Amino acid sequence: MKQFEYARAASPADAVRRFEPGTMYLGGGTNLVDLMRLGVAQPDRLVDVSHLPLDAIEQDGDRLRIGAAVRNTDLAAHPLVRVRYPMLARAVLAGASGQVRNMATIGGNLLQRTRCGYYQDVTRPCNKRRPGSGCPAIEGDHGNLAILGASDSCVATHPSDMAVALAALGAEVHVTGPGGDRVIPMPGLHRLPGDTPERDTVLEPGDLITAVELPAPPPGPSIYRKVRERASFAFALVSIAAALDLRDGVVRDCRIALGGVAHVPWRAERAEQALIGGQATGEAFLAAAEAELELARPLPRNAFKVPLARNLIVRTLEELAS
Amino acid sequence: MDITLQVNGVSRAVDVDPRMSLLDLLRERLALIGPKKGCDHGQCGACTVLIDGRRANSCLALAVAMDGSEIVTVEGLAEGEALHPLQAAFIEHDAFQCGYCTPGQLCSAAGMLGEPGPSAVTEDLRADPELTPAEIRERMSGNLCRCGAYPNIVTAIAEVAP
Repeated sequence: MKQFEYARAASPADAVRRFEPGTMYLGGGTNLVDLMRLGVAQPDRLVDVSHLPLDAIEQDGDRLRIGAAVRNTDLAAHPLVRVRYPMLARAVLAGASGQVRNMATIGGNLLQRTRCGYYQDVTRPCNKRRPGSGCPAIEGDHGNLAILGASDSCVATHPSDMAVALAALGAEVHVTGPGGDRVIPMPGLHRLPGDTPERDTVLEPGDLITAVELPAPPPGPSIYRKVRERASFAFALVSIAAALDLRDGVVRDCRIALGGVAHVPWRAERAEQALIGGQATGEAFLAAAEAELELARPLPRNAFKVPLARNLIVRTLEELAS
Repeated sequence: MDITLQVNGVSRAVDVDPRMSLLDLLRERLALIGPKKGCDHGQCGACTVLIDGRRANSCLALAVAMDGSEIVTVEGLAEGEALHPLQAAFIEHDAFQCGYCTPGQLCSAAGMLGEPGPSAVTEDLRADPELTPAEIRERMSGNLCRCGAYPNIVTAIAEVAP
């Protein structure tokens, strides 16, 4: 691991003040420390923000504000999250292991990097790690990489489960930084790779996530479902966060976001629009899923994700409708 | 950098390189070789210790970031000669073969038993579920056992679970 300086921030403003080129913020460390050990991340300086007093979950009317340093375990175990935002509690519980959830923060969960094997292997080219070096995944091992929104530069997926639920809920990410404070609505935090896959998000250098704010929960039942290669402690092949509000068999509102399929938590707006105002039938669910997946551009070894995503959307909506 | 930790109830002041993991600090500097370096990537759980009462992968924790924390390793689970109930249950139910993952399994189980709330396999999110074998398996999925001693590990933990 490359040598670096370490400092503990006294406040969010102090963290931003300490930021200079080569600095990275340290949260729970479950992804960053691993990337540093692999040589993928090589910061000159770590500013530790995990001890900042950003660890509260506070109710504000029908909204819920989650501090960026809240640990994943505490978010999933919170009574209001379990009762009012079950898709979020389920998404967090579907990710990682008990040990990792105890360490990992909410802010860090959003900013974790792809688990694409080429990104993590410094002996191989990777446009995300070394811009312009190429993407071996497109011709190589892309079995668990993106089918939606990818580019000729990068087919990486965003690994977070929690971010998928936050995208479906329309959560707001609160950021402070050298340019001041701002609020970024999900799924707008993350960006598609285009020809600059080195940037995962719209954050600017020195920006620090301070909180995630949840609007009132969507009406109707909601759920998170994750398909993976083993039953626990594995990243998603495809996952879905969905909510469905019906009256007299007609869809009044629905939310659908997919994980494991894109560089971002993928809000399935086409499917949502196809469903709202129509009858909640199996045929309608299938048509909505197919409308969304018309956008898919799979590679030879991840083409299985297209029918997998289609079936997962249909089955999840059927479950919510019953 | 100078840091101070409580390790198994004893205050330890050490000067560490910022790159040192908590795992390496425990093993190489404090001679606590119970926590094991299996994968060094947070995937196997052999390095699991309790940090401020919560189970965590000590390989993913930078020692400098743990300044002021209370650490419990497998060496700190027993009270003198009296084994921790999980240790006694692991022996009773033969919950190991080679034993390499056992310190991590024990610390993980000790932390897990104190963690509230549902898991990924809990049907009703509102209720605090009973720790059935299925719940224990899910909650212990961060600890791998290459020997495949899982059935007896689950039995041992189930005996101690409330």
